[in-house]
Amino acid sequence: MKALEKLLDSIRPNFEEGGKLSRFWVVYDSLETFAFTPGHSTKNGVHIRDGIDMKRTMFLVIVALIPALLFGTWNQGHQYYTAIGEAATFLDKVLLGAQKVVPLVIVSYGVGLGIEFLFAGLRKHSINEGYLVSGMLIPLVMPVDVPLWMLALAVAFAVIIAKEVFGGTGMNILNIALTARAFLFFAYPKQMSGEIWVHNAGKEPFVDGITGATALGELANTVGKDIQSPEVAGILSQFSAEGAYSFMNSFLGLIPGSVGETSALAILIGAALLLWTGVASWRVMASFLVGGLVMGGLFNLAGLNGFMTIAPWHQVVMGGFMFGMVFMSTDPVTASRTNTGKLIYGFFGGFFSIMIRVFNPAYPEGVMMAILFMNVMAPLIDHYVLAANIKRREKRAQLATVNA
Amino acid sequence: MEYLSIFVKGIFIENMIFAYFLGMCSYLAVSKTVKTANGLGLAVIFVLGITVPINYLLENYVLKEGALTWLDPEFATVDLSFLSFIMFIAVIASMVQLVEMIVEKFAPALYGALGIFLPLIAVNCSILGGALFVQDRQYPNIGEATVFGLGSGVGWWLAIVAIAAIREKIRYSNVPAPLKGLGITFIITGLMGIAFMSFMGIEI
Repeated sequence: MKALEKLLDSIRPNFEEGGKLSRFWVVYDSLETFAFTPGHSTKNGVHIRDGIDMKRTMFLVIVALIPALLFGTWNQGHQYYTAIGEAATFLDKVLLGAQKVVPLVIVSYGVGLGIEFLFAGLRKHSINEGYLVSGMLIPLVMPVDVPLWMLALAVAFAVIIAKEVFGGTGMNILNIALTARAFLFFAYPKQMSGEIWVHNAGKEPFVDGITGATALGELANTVGKDIQSPEVAGILSQFSAEGAYSFMNSFLGLIPGSVGETSALAILIGAALLLWTGVASWRVMASFLVGGLVMGGLFNLAGLNGFMTIAPWHQVVMGGFMFGMVFMSTDPVTASRTNTGKLIYGFFGGFFSIMIRVFNPAYPEGVMMAILFMNVMAPLIDHYVLAANIKRREKRAQLATVNA
Repeated sequence: MEYLSIFVKGIFIENMIFAYFLGMCSYLAVSKTVKTANGLGLAVIFVLGITVPINYLLENYVLKEGALTWLDPEFATVDLSFLSFIMFIAVIASMVQLVEMIVEKFAPALYGALGIFLPLIAVNCSILGGALFVQDRQYPNIGEATVFGLGSGVGWWLAIVAIAAIREKIRYSNVPAPLKGLGITFIITGLMGIAFMSFMGIEI
């Protein structure tokens, strides 16, 4: 560390105003503050500071994502070898997964940070570290075989249109990673839905019963069909305790899906870290989960089609629900800012996630859309929470004066 | 149940702003603060809730082919639907006058804040759009038409207060100079449209 500090200090003059490389000041600045706590002091306002700044907060989120990333890497290999019916060692699976996942991560970071550096240089603001997290989230919500050019396009769209035009990190209104995913979903619907969730799906012959669709994709097939019919019963049997999509398999993540979303367990390990360090809001997470369970329970009561009969606790471990709950809905920038607002925001996020998933067979992945929708509504929720608070305090003040 | 379905459809699935892009002018212009946006949104709900059923009656008892048979069976072949635009607009304009007078009397502050946009509701595309959708979709009775009018009004209100809250939030954002004001508002509208896409295609 000492040597690195010395090196950074020694090349510093080159980057300062008037130096040879002053044009690259933003790059130097971002690297320096990444490695060491900057010696800035507060210029006005509150003067209490601690070492936790945005870079270190973001870094904690990345650490929390590591279990999901590692598990996803293995799982992609596992799903592929299961699908083609070949036995493979642990190492084979990890290698195959890594072969697909590492390029996604590299492209995501390369394109995103490239744009970030470009904008920082052009607009003369320091490089925002917000993309560190988004850049990791984006590959984790992609299907494994997504072409790299599509990924690059989505990243560029999300970073420029959803973030940089609003002034960079902390100013965006929609979650960056979800915007990238939604962009691809609507721009290339054919490549982004259906039976694409296992490597090489549709190109190689798979074992009977494995199609490369997600558990939710299979369930969407039951909508609009008679609940008693053998076809629906066949699909639902996969969700019983012995089936491929049993609760345990879904919880551990041994099911097809986008890279990082499958394992509720790995995600919950990350969630524990985020909650313990206080980076993510427990209010959003808890109410999101409650919202999902309530909607799942309501559907159970209705039980109109096969999809609705899935138990609520099973619903929430399938698809991207857990991933969205832990890493997307808690995004401090796009979530509600007030405490009451967070509860409302989270509850409806979970509620709509399950609702869209069941009601809209075209989008079995309702979580993405529900969180985007709640991102749009979050400022409004805050506005009305604040207004209600002001009203209540006004009333209290009036009462106090009357009593006095 | 049918009523509820039409109502929810009007708010989310067939949202006037995000599904049909109707009424964009006042949506973009009056969405700077939540307070005025709320006022205009409520006015739109009110006007839609009144003009849609009136236009429904007009359509079914005056304009449609054979609508005049209640006067005399002879008129069964008379088709006045070429008059529908002008008749609908006349109804809307007179209703807006009424709303304007009410608002001026009971909420002068809101009247001042809405300014020119209150009379402009008369030419708000979503109002005429509502009337024309009723003509187009052939709702079976006046109840459903009214619920449709109220539902799309609430959808419009939701869209405008949501964007107003967002615009209040990004007031201090470092938006690039060329995009300040309307430019960024268009981008926000597009992004909100993506979020509202979640409801498209739902059959209820």
